[in-house]
Amino acid sequence: MFGAGGGTSSYREAEETDLIILWGSNARETHPIYFLHVLKGIHNGAKLYVVDPRRTSSAQWADGWLGLDVGSDIALANAVGREIIAAGLENREFIERSTLTFEEYKASVEDYTLEYAEKETGVPAEAIRELAHAYARADRAQLCWTLGITEHHNAVNNVLALINLALLTGHVGRWGSGLCPLRGQNNVQGGGDMGALPNKLPGGVDVESDEDRARFENVYGSKLPAEAGWHLSEMFEAMETGDMTALYVVGENPAQSEADMEHALHLLEGLDILVVQDIFLTKTAEMADVVFPASASWCEADGTVTSSERRVQLVRKAVDPPGEARDDIWILTEMARRMGVNWEHPTAEEIWDELRSLSDWHGGMSYERLEAEKGLHWPCPTVDGPDSPFLHGRLWEDPPAGPLAPFHAVEHAPPIEALDDEYPMRLTTGRRLESFNTGVQSGGYRSPLRRDETIDIHPEDGLRLGIADGEMVRVVSRRGEVEVAARYDGILRPGLAFMTFHFPDDVATNLLTINATDPKSGTAEFKACAVRIEKIPAEARREAVAAAAGGGS
Amino acid sequence: MDLRLIQNATPSEAERQAIDELLGPPESAWRGSVQRRQGLDSHTSHGGHALRRNRHMLLPALHAVRDATGYISPGGLNYVCQRLDVPPADAFGVASFYALFALEEQPPVVAHVCDDIACRLNGGLKLCQQLEERLGPEGSGDGEMTWHRSPCLGLCDRAPAVLVQRAGTDVRDEALAPTDIETVLQSMAGENVGEPRFAGEGDGSQWAPQTLDPDSDLYLLRRIGKVDPENIDSYRASGGYNALRRAFDIGPDAVIREITDSKLVGRGGAAFPTGRKLGDVARAPARPHYVICNADESEPGTFKDRVLMEGDPFALIESMTIAGYAAGAEQGYIYVRGEYPLSLERMQNAIDVARRRGFLGEDIMGEGYRFDLEIRRGAGAYICGEETSLFNSLEGFRGEPRAKPPYPTQVGLFGKPTVVNNVETLMNFPRIVLEGGPAYASIGTENSTGTKLFCLSGSIQRPGIYEFPFGVTLREVLDAAGGVPEGRELRAVLLGGAASSFVTPDELDMELTFEGTRAAGAALGSAVIMPFDDTVDMTDIILRIAAFFRDESCGQCVPCRVGTVRQQEALQRLVAGKTIGSVEDEIRLIDEVAQVMKDASICGLGHTAPIAVQSAIQKLHLFNGRSATT
Repeated sequence: MFGAGGGTSSYREAEETDLIILWGSNARETHPIYFLHVLKGIHNGAKLYVVDPRRTSSAQWADGWLGLDVGSDIALANAVGREIIAAGLENREFIERSTLTFEEYKASVEDYTLEYAEKETGVPAEAIRELAHAYARADRAQLCWTLGITEHHNAVNNVLALINLALLTGHVGRWGSGLCPLRGQNNVQGGGDMGALPNKLPGGVDVESDEDRARFENVYGSKLPAEAGWHLSEMFEAMETGDMTALYVVGENPAQSEADMEHALHLLEGLDILVVQDIFLTKTAEMADVVFPASASWCEADGTVTSSERRVQLVRKAVDPPGEARDDIWILTEMARRMGVNWEHPTAEEIWDELRSLSDWHGGMSYERLEAEKGLHWPCPTVDGPDSPFLHGRLWEDPPAGPLAPFHAVEHAPPIEALDDEYPMRLTTGRRLESFNTGVQSGGYRSPLRRDETIDIHPEDGLRLGIADGEMVRVVSRRGEVEVAARYDGILRPGLAFMTFHFPDDVATNLLTINATDPKSGTAEFKACAVRIEKIPAEARREAVAAAAGGGS
Repeated sequence: MDLRLIQNATPSEAERQAIDELLGPPESAWRGSVQRRQGLDSHTSHGGHALRRNRHMLLPALHAVRDATGYISPGGLNYVCQRLDVPPADAFGVASFYALFALEEQPPVVAHVCDDIACRLNGGLKLCQQLEERLGPEGSGDGEMTWHRSPCLGLCDRAPAVLVQRAGTDVRDEALAPTDIETVLQSMAGENVGEPRFAGEGDGSQWAPQTLDPDSDLYLLRRIGKVDPENIDSYRASGGYNALRRAFDIGPDAVIREITDSKLVGRGGAAFPTGRKLGDVARAPARPHYVICNADESEPGTFKDRVLMEGDPFALIESMTIAGYAAGAEQGYIYVRGEYPLSLERMQNAIDVARRRGFLGEDIMGEGYRFDLEIRRGAGAYICGEETSLFNSLEGFRGEPRAKPPYPTQVGLFGKPTVVNNVETLMNFPRIVLEGGPAYASIGTENSTGTKLFCLSGSIQRPGIYEFPFGVTLREVLDAAGGVPEGRELRAVLLGGAASSFVTPDELDMELTFEGTRAAGAALGSAVIMPFDDTVDMTDIILRIAAFFRDESCGQCVPCRVGTVRQQEALQRLVAGKTIGSVEDEIRLIDEVAQVMKDASICGLGHTAPIAVQSAIQKLHLFNGRSATT
């Protein structure tokens, strides 16, 4: 954020803040550990607002729930901003001292009246006003979001719209006030921090900066590409155009996690060579030419992980990986050796120390210190200096140290796929507490909470369509169709349906989703597509049952 | 909170109405409204802190459901949970904590028949037998009415006692004492059986026999039977509200000083200096402060607070207002046990009248002081008389005691500094404020000042509440009440309640002061004086006491939960002559369990549950000479 890819606050601050907004996040189910911090905050008196199309279990804890229509986040955020300005609740001192382009922002939100926002988002004007005033008047506030913000065709603009609100109110850079994008996995943050991004070197360094790149080249003893690489969506485009013919996948399952799955499978099949390195034989691995069985990073290897609060923690190896499985470092160094470079076999700590010599964020984080202090928040540049539970305290200095934080005027743009007579239902996708993504890691054990995939619909839709609770239905989008049981769920509203993608082997939800991606982040619009739900004719159903019975005998 | 409601359970119209009447109509469909607000409910909802702040309405809401149907149905529970944002599992835990809440469907009319110590001496058991003949076994019934045995109903002076609860359209609780089978059945059938309504219908001797004696020097009982308890003007004409006027004149600090100088100590059993409690709360920096009147009088044999609330309710309100003024509180609660319908009715009436007449609410007596009172009705749990259990109960949680410290004067109700006093303690405030602390301290003995109410029942000629200055002996009190019935001989006296000990006829010259009883190895407790004559089977009495504590243990801590059961079992074996090992072995076991309970229980219930049993075994030699069986 403001150039650094990470949340500005530590988890602990959620316990000591006065207001928490979960925007496009059902943290109660999808970030249960973070939600424990939220619950402590609530217990200590913090108010909670939840912005989500569904009245999720997180929303049920909230002082206020704003059930916006899918993809209308910018309309809502801009209206909140406009209301804060109109009510004279913006933080003038902070805006003047530490931000840029406020006037442009102010002009850009002028048309986002409460009435307009009510029409565009469905949320009553009074509820929007309440959120605006609560956020602006809170002494400290945390604004958190997840994939409800980023899995849209305009993901980056969505994020910018939220950052604008923090700048408007000064809710950033102070203990208890900040911005928290909650990451999807325990080490998404760490992966990016280590340079597993097409445009970044480790420590958030820009690939395209000649000066910085030279520093890395010196230490690595090798030339580095001077241009940003492809992000995931661009890779698929490159497969389509034939510019990319080889793919090395580490710990991902793109055969089942990509939007418009059928298309993705087709492209993966067309590769010259596919290499997969994973601890499971995933669907992608089944398609691969070569599979490297890897080690489980939480118990079979040394290293570090970095959580959403930029906290680096040590992971210690407890057991050897089974069979032919190998440590990821070993696999990579052996790959290098076969390609003619001898990296020998460095330990995790040696690699870490090399990183520390290059990354200012991590310079002060010796293994010794990480162990003694139970993890450190980057940036932590010096061994004897402090780490940084929250970022951008510099904005509160007078004058602020470093560059000022600019507002970004962004405009509302509805989901790519509008609803029409043919596809009248809005389908949004998400996750449940007891399963993880495509189920590769969570499908192998039982959970009393787990139930099979369903398409969740509001009971009124069920009655209108003549679909009973539990009835098998066919869900059709412009890209594909699946058969799945319908489930009545009152937390939705008529016209809104919900599915997960936890059970791709049974119900390939991503056959339905749209591969419309954000031009800057490359994230696909998993959160919004148009579908229709069809009854399966009784005859077909009988045949299916008979076939199943026959198969079982 | 994400509520996991009980599946397929919706409230009946009657339950919905009862809860809405208490809490107001629901805000939205998310809170259980039948009407979905077009557009709004699909896109917004409110909840969170604003709802959860009302958790303390859980107990009243459960009462509302029970009153509507006679039991807490799954649908009713669901709706309460939606309205208050309490998980149903949590609310179920609360509902099932209380004896007066049934969670299975039961007939709307229930008779709770007291079979506790005093009533079983005076026809309670016969009544149970008759009800069994007429209505079938305990808990059964024809769908219209049923009956249950009950622990002490606090009507020991008029035993046998029955509480009839009617739910549904004609909601009415009625305490009948003394009563008989025909009266009980008539009351259950909804007929008016004509309990006395106010003092004009009697002379007070029904509650307090001393009121018949023109020479008696009564203070706490002086209005009982003489002043209309439903009329504030009668109260004022008899000196009411003079003390509050004086409190306003001298200011809160001086009130605390007078109470401290009076050396008044708590009358609930613990004998803690009242002035210190008041001063600690007044000085506590956290705000707001609360005042609570503990009227959850449940100690078997105790009924003095009931008599005061029924006979002089305005005096309690004035006393609490003085306490609130001194402690810097604006809100007080009176927690009345659910088995006291007449107390509840008279206190509620007195509060309504006082509020209407400017003695509660904003600007009391034009002095700029704001104070109000709310009644909370218990639901059948002895433990809720323990002050921290009472807080939990009032806040809408299971009435389990909290660890102390922190003490209520620092962290009490809703975590705030709280003065909690028994009814009788508070009722001394007006006298102290009017006459001054030193004058009050001159009554009684050096360390036990003022007058004291004693609850006489059991084998006694004239049962009732008696008031004496401290210093009176046990013999004098028994004589005042006429002694044991003609031709019988005194065998033992239960002194202080079931949580205290038995004393023997050779100890009658014991001075009934805190220090005098302590010196004699007894305790004043809640001032129960229950004599037993030579016709009483004492083993039956201690078995009942043991059963009482087993039932009333809240189950939170192991020593008490297990200890009360082990104690009862060992006693049953002794009484049945089927001991494991020798009689001495069983008595040793009882003593050992008692020691663990005293050492390790969280609250006083566990500490005191073995006292009566042990003292009976030791002093009355109950099992001497009995031989062991295999």
